[in-house]
Formats: sequence, C-alpha cells, structure tokens
Amino acid sequence: MNVPGNLKYTKDHEWVATDGKVGITDYAQEALGDVVFVELPAVGQSVNAGDAFGVVESVKSVSDLYSPIAGKVVAVNQELTARPELVNEDPYGHGWIVQIESTAEEGALLSPQAYKSQIEGA
Amino acid sequence: MKQTPLTHWHAAHGGKLVEFGGYSMPIDYGSIVEEHEAVRNAVGIFDVSHMGEFDVTGSRAAEFLDQLVTNQVTTMAVHQALYTPMCDEEGGTVDDLLIYRLEDQHFMLVVNAANIDKDWTWITAHAKDWAQLTLANHSDQIALLAIQGPKAFELLQGLTAFDLATVAYYHFEPSVTIAGVTGILSRTGYTGEDGFEFYVAGDDAERAWEAIVARGARPIGLGARDTLRLEARLPLYGHELSASISPLAAGLGPFVRLKEKTQFIGRESLARQKAEGLDSKVVGLQIFGGIARTGYEVIGPDGSTGGIITSGSYAPTLKTAIALALVPVEWAKVGTRLGVKVRGRQIAAEVIKTPFYKRA
Repeated sequence: MNVPGNLKYTKDHEWVATDGKVGITDYAQEALGDVVFVELPAVGQSVNAGDAFGVVESVKSVSDLYSPIAGKVVAVNQELTARPELVNEDPYGHGWIVQIESTAEEGALLSPQAYKSQIEGA
Repeated sequence: MKQTPLTHWHAAHGGKLVEFGGYSMPIDYGSIVEEHEAVRNAVGIFDVSHMGEFDVTGSRAAEFLDQLVTNQVTTMAVHQALYTPMCDEEGGTVDDLLIYRLEDQHFMLVVNAANIDKDWTWITAHAKDWAQLTLANHSDQIALLAIQGPKAFELLQGLTAFDLATVAYYHFEPSVTIAGVTGILSRTGYTGEDGFEFYVAGDDAERAWEAIVARGARPIGLGARDTLRLEARLPLYGHELSASISPLAAGLGPFVRLKEKTQFIGRESLARQKAEGLDSKVVGLQIFGGIARTGYEVIGPDGSTGGIITSGSYAPTLKTAIALALVPVEWAKVGTRLGVKVRGRQIAAEVIKTPFYKRA
C-alpha cells in the first residue's frame, strides 16, 4: 500500500499536504472500490478539524470526508465532477479533493510511519 | 452466518465478503464497474448458491401452485421455467420466485435467500389442506452458478457435448453435464443478458466453477449483480417488492393472471387494486448531480413529499445515476421532473422509460 513520506494522515484515511491539499489515501480508495461521485464543498467554506466537508460515493457505499485541519476551503478539484475515478487512479495526485488554508495549529495528524502501522494493523 | 460451497474460494481469490440474506457472499473481487462491464461485454460467473430450492411433488402439485402464486402454473410445459410473485391475502408480496416444471407432477421452486424460512413456513402451512403433496427443502444441498453475458453460450458450449441451442429462453434441460458435473441447466438470469443458470450438488460446485472460470468467465460479486439487474429493471425483493408493495404496484402486472385464474391467494385484493387504480407505483428515474440511494425521499413536482427510492445506484453501462422509486401515480408519467432529498438538499430527477438498459 502506497503511503508517501511527504504527507500527513488522519486515522480516517485522509491525507494532507504541506500546501493544504487534501485527499483520501491509497488504502481508502482501494477499500471503497470504484469511486463514482464526489460531493465537494463550496470554496470559502470554513471547516474545523474533524468536520465532515464532503462525500465520496462508490457504487455501493457513501462515505463522509473529514477535514484533517481547521481552516478555509480555498480550492476544490472540479475535475472530479466529470472524472471521480481519478480518486482511484491517482489518490495522491490528480485525485486530490480540496485545498484548505490552515487557520489554526494542526491537530493530531499521523506521520506516514504511524499511518502505515495503523493500516497494517487493521 | 451461512456459507455456500464456494465461500472459501471467493475469500481465497480476492472476494470481499459481506453478509447477504444470512449468507457470507462476495460483494466484489476488486471492481464492481469492471465486473459489470465483463458481463455486458463478455461473460461472468456468479455464485448464487444462497438462493433456496424447494421441491413440490404430487398429483395435484400444479393446482396447488396455481393457488399459491399469481402467475399460471397449470399451463406450463414440462422443462419450462416461470417467473412469478407469491402474494398474501392483502396482495402484499411474500416473495418472487422461479418455478421449474421438472416433470408433470414435480416442480422446483427457487426462492430468495432472505426468504427461505418465511417461504417454507408459508408454503407448508398452505399445503396442509392438500392431500398427497410432498414438499422438501433442498436449499442446503443445492449450489447455483449463473453464467451470464453475450459470450456465455459459446463458453459453456465448449464444456459440454449437449447442444445448448436446444435450451430456449425460460426453459431448461434437467440433466446436462458441464465439465464433468451434471445438473439442471436453464436459460435464465438476472442481468439483462443472455445466459444460463446451473443447479448442481453442493459437492460438485467448485469443480464446475473452476472449469468455467478457467475457460474465461470472470467471477462476479453481488455488487455488479445488483447494478446489472437494476439497469435491466428487474425487481429485488425487499426493495421493489415487499409485504407492502404488490406486484401490480411494482409493475409486474403481466405476471399476475387475474383473467386466467379465478382463484389464488391475494386475487381479491389484487383485482380490487386493478379495478380501483393504484395509489402508487414503481417508476424509473434518471438522477442528476448525485446518487439516490434506497430509502431516500422523493419530492413531487409541486414540492410535496410522498415518494421513496426503492433501489438506486450509479449505472456503469449508462454512465449516469439511476433509480427505481415508489411514487404516487400522479408523478409516474415519463418526463415528470421530481426531486430527491440527498443529505438535506434536493437534487433533480426525471421519470424515464424502463428498462434502463436493453441488450441489442
């Protein structure tokens, strides 16, 4: 399972990059199966760490997306409206979901190593 | 949780196991969309051994079944299969099933896994008044493999000396040997494609399965089974049919023989529904800007509530979200614009013609 070393993670299987981009992990996309719809938040929306800000739907499941950090949504990946499968194909790249501008100290994020232990122990 | 003779095979070959109808069944082997496409474009194999099988034998077996179900059994030919709802006195649906006429006085009933116990209780209770009727529940001994898709015929023909062209749609051959395994082979299915269903002894299931997979059939889980049947607008018990949804409301009028049969369980209520007109019926919807799931509320053109999604999914062949919904008849006309409540907001839906998908 791919867990890039330059990202931070949540126990709910989201990743966050240093530029505030957020997506779901390789492990999460694999567990969900084919992603067929992504519900994106409005640009400008404020979120607290742990808030549900969107939804990822596979053929059979509906899963909330939780914000890893507190801040303001400054961009959303509009490409996912037409091509939600990018979440499966490139979860850490073209499959990013939102970009959040942090307004607070980051909370309890997991290091790549800690996240890896979590999914391997699962 | 019960297992089929193939549950261990699924687990060993990437099947994601979930509970369905009391059985541990594969939902997919990695990708529902790819499995769905394999059945539409080539051939897939499904383990549907969770389905229940009952035997009904006796000199008046056909008359008994004519009383029990809404479709007509007495006119069936030997080696014909029949789809039929089975209703209660109020016209509510107890189950929907297939009836196989194995011999003139010998039938096999194939029922939904989740309803095996309920149906068995219902059928045996109604059989009490009938002399010389023998009923048996073989659900735990029989495995069922469904081989479906445009390449199903060719694939199976390569594994048997029997001429499959002689098996017509909704007919069967009681003893066909495929890859050394002998069972009942019917030209039936639940996908909207051509295909066969093969009833074999539980002990033989893996041998037949492995041979068919080795020949190129892709294993398909229940996830794609559901999207395939939804595109073909085939009802699923507990969704489009239930104790509170009659076969008439579900759009299964052709399988309710009010004209041909003067008596069967539920006839009076169903005849009244037909005469007075239905309050609500199941329609097909295209969904815009989201996915409508089972149980979501459907909103009328005037903003009123009163409809409900019975099944909804992304449809891999149509590449859009579709749904079946039980709505007031006033909303049922093709072209009617409706709404669906999704997580507190409303998305657009339109009543469209069904089946959503029909093979060329």
